[in-house]
Amino acid sequence: MIRFAHLLDRLIFTPGRNAKLRLLTDYFAEVPDPERGWAVAAITRDLDVKSVKPAQIKQLVYARVDGALFDMSHDYVGDLAEAAALIWPEKPGQNYVPTLADAVETLNDVTRAEALEVVERWFDALDASGRWALIKLVTGGLRIGVAARLVKVALAQYGDKPIQEIEELWHGLEPPYTELFAWLEDRGPKPASAAHAPFRPVMLSHPIEEADKPKIDLSEMAAEWKWDGIRVQAVRERDQTRIYSRTGDDIGPAFPDILGAMPFDAAIDGELLVFDPDIRDRFAVRPFNDLQQRLNRKTVGAKLLKSNPAFIRAYDLLWCEGEDLRPLPFAQRRARLEALLGEHDASPAGDERFDLSPIVDLGGWDALAAARANPPDEAIEGVMLKRRSSVYVPGRPKGEWWKWKREPHLVDAVMMYAQRGHGKRSSYYSDYTFGVWREGEDGAELVPVGKAYSGFTDQELRKLDKYVRDNTIARYGPVRSVRADQDQGLVLEIAFEGLARSTRHKSGLAMRFPRVNRLRWDKPSAEADRIEMLEAMLEGSA
Amino acid sequence: MTGVQAEALLHPTPKGLYCPPGDFFIDPVADVDRAVITHGHADHARAGHGAVLATPETIEIMATRYGEGFTRTRQPVEIGEVTVIGGVSVWLVPAGHVLGSAQAVVEYQGMRMVVTGDYKRRRDPTCLPFEPVSCDVLISEATFGLPVFRHPDTAGEVRKLLASLRRFPERTHLVGAYALGKAQRIICHLREEGYDETIFIHGAMKKLCDLYSRLGVDLGPLADATVKDGRGAKQDFAGKVVVCPPSAMNAAWARRFADPITCFASGWMRVRQRARQKGVELPLIVSDHADWDELTDTVREVDPAQLWVTHGREDALVRWAEVEGRYAKPLRLVGYEDEND
Ligand SMILES: [Zn+2]
Ligand SMILES: [Zn+2]
Repeated sequence: MIRFAHLLDRLIFTPGRNAKLRLLTDYFAEVPDPERGWAVAAITRDLDVKSVKPAQIKQLVYARVDGALFDMSHDYVGDLAEAAALIWPEKPGQNYVPTLADAVETLNDVTRAEALEVVERWFDALDASGRWALIKLVTGGLRIGVAARLVKVALAQYGDKPIQEIEELWHGLEPPYTELFAWLEDRGPKPASAAHAPFRPVMLSHPIEEADKPKIDLSEMAAEWKWDGIRVQAVRERDQTRIYSRTGDDIGPAFPDILGAMPFDAAIDGELLVFDPDIRDRFAVRPFNDLQQRLNRKTVGAKLLKSNPAFIRAYDLLWCEGEDLRPLPFAQRRARLEALLGEHDASPAGDERFDLSPIVDLGGWDALAAARANPPDEAIEGVMLKRRSSVYVPGRPKGEWWKWKREPHLVDAVMMYAQRGHGKRSSYYSDYTFGVWREGEDGAELVPVGKAYSGFTDQELRKLDKYVRDNTIARYGPVRSVRADQDQGLVLEIAFEGLARSTRHKSGLAMRFPRVNRLRWDKPSAEADRIEMLEAMLEGSA
Repeated sequence: MTGVQAEALLHPTPKGLYCPPGDFFIDPVADVDRAVITHGHADHARAGHGAVLATPETIEIMATRYGEGFTRTRQPVEIGEVTVIGGVSVWLVPAGHVLGSAQAVVEYQGMRMVVTGDYKRRRDPTCLPFEPVSCDVLISEATFGLPVFRHPDTAGEVRKLLASLRRFPERTHLVGAYALGKAQRIICHLREEGYDETIFIHGAMKKLCDLYSRLGVDLGPLADATVKDGRGAKQDFAGKVVVCPPSAMNAAWARRFADPITCFASGWMRVRQRARQKGVELPLIVSDHADWDELTDTVREVDPAQLWVTHGREDALVRWAEVEGRYAKPLRLVGYEDEND
């Protein structure tokens, strides 16, 4: 537990991806089974232990320390788990320190009432970090900024195995993953993929640059739309149905509407989208923001299921009724997909949740460019080109699949605040909040509309950083307010993918993927865009 | 107790804690004619007083920081040496906070009051340990006066730093530490753990490190963290320890180092949110102030008739004392900042 707690302590404050990977692989090398396996499960949130409610933790603390002092401490620290972990009075002599494995195994054996008692005993034996980790574990609040995907990458690095193999195995594995570690350390065979409905690592595309065009022979390609949702893999095998994200995370529990409406044993590669429930004869795709409300949840309420129903628009068929189709060329897989989904147009009226993404007629580059610039649906974010002969392989094989995204939207905005970055950028002001003009009570004022932290070169970053330091008008912790008014201010040309209404932002708008496209040192701040321009964009797409 | 009221002997004023019969202030926050200074930190020791009574080390620290003209009259006094000012006996007792730090003991007509100044109870290789003095009124600091502040073992924190150096040998470990006291203490603890490589220091620390060495605190090999030829400099600091003031950790100055890991040595690092706000990658919980247990143990040990609590989280310590059945009150003195400790 102590070693695990120290790992968490270090991971929480480490911003760099490579540094995080090093911490994880070192941990795997230094800590034996089954401890390290339980740690993996805890971080990927695949660990199920008897839960204790935060209010119960609070009761334990009140029984040990003066309640008034605890309240003052909780106020100061903010986080209940942390305040409780820190204030717990040490009890010298309680020297049995549980390992993470002890904790998990014991908690699985005892009743809910007993669980609280053992937790209390462990509190006496652990130090503050250990108590914090334990509280987070039993209250289910372990969020440390490490994605499940990163842990899989660390496992792959540790065992020097391709990440795809880990992803493919993952859903058949059970904590504490002793077989997996044996394989990674070349002490045992590769674990058999035991799970039904496993994830199949996805095939990805390359973005098309101007220079690529001559290399692409359009006569060998099929074109389809790239829909603005999230890429998923829906798999049903006998009694098991799962929906995986692109990186193999199981997101199915948040989409019971789709899980219950998969009428075939198959693995479908498609786009997860939300449709307008009022249009019944076809799937009318809603903006990405409506899908966003369904993501990152463990469960979903009836109201949201009704207002934001989801479906999958199918691109490809990877497996069907026991047959692996991935070695077949795309054209054949596509034919099988069409046969599976049927000739008719699927629709909400038919209680269906799968339809077919159409193949787009391929004229030449000019026709394609026109279609891309002016697609028949707002929810289309570009065109995909797939070699008709391409077999389905994980990763990004060269020259097989291409994506040609729509040109981004642009807006000229004014830098308002700057914040220090992380890791290598921690000494630079590299995250910028920008705003556009609107009419306020005392004339034109800036209203923040987004935040960007990419799109500039290192050299530009140095200039931006200097600009921020030279034009600071106020500081709040890591944030600086920079001068931005009608007479002076730095104009940033911002590129973004889309716009949606949002109640979380002061402007009522939320931008997708905003980044700095160009630094407009030349442009007077007063000539930056106005909020009405963005409002008009929203009206146009609503 | 005795004839004289405690408030008549020492009481808070806007300029700081004042002693009317002796007509002097203790750690005043504004210019005064006569000051007793507990230690050299800037919020306690200011330039511009008429006369300064302090330990010889504190006097030297003030002269180093502010220049030789920091006061008109210097009154260095050894530990335990009694000075009588207007009938009030004043002497200094070690506080264990930084080199030269002392508690001020004030005695008048049988009434004894002790002002701890900043103090700690755990071992510090750079200064004399705290000595409890029995008294009628204890005026205690309370910087970490909340029971969530329990500083872990210092050697353990320093070992965290050494473990990180082994794990990330290509990265500079940039340790933010208060320039007076904390920096030298961290260096000494690193030496005690067997780290004998050159430690690089920020320019702002040079004079104080020199002074410590001159006063007999062995810091081992030190060098300036300056870039010599502008080229290949980043690699020069790869895998090295660089000690700098906390304000420099995220300043443009820090760019000269190889992918630095920012480590902040401070008692505030106990709280995760504080570490996160400062963008610290490796928090080191090392403080020169008493933690909650040290504060409460000290009050029990000294067992004063009255406890007055000053700078820090006064309310929690007062609450604790009341529950213990002690008379306690907050002083609400202003002007002391220990944000960087
Ligand atoms: Zn101090
Ligand atoms: Zn202080």
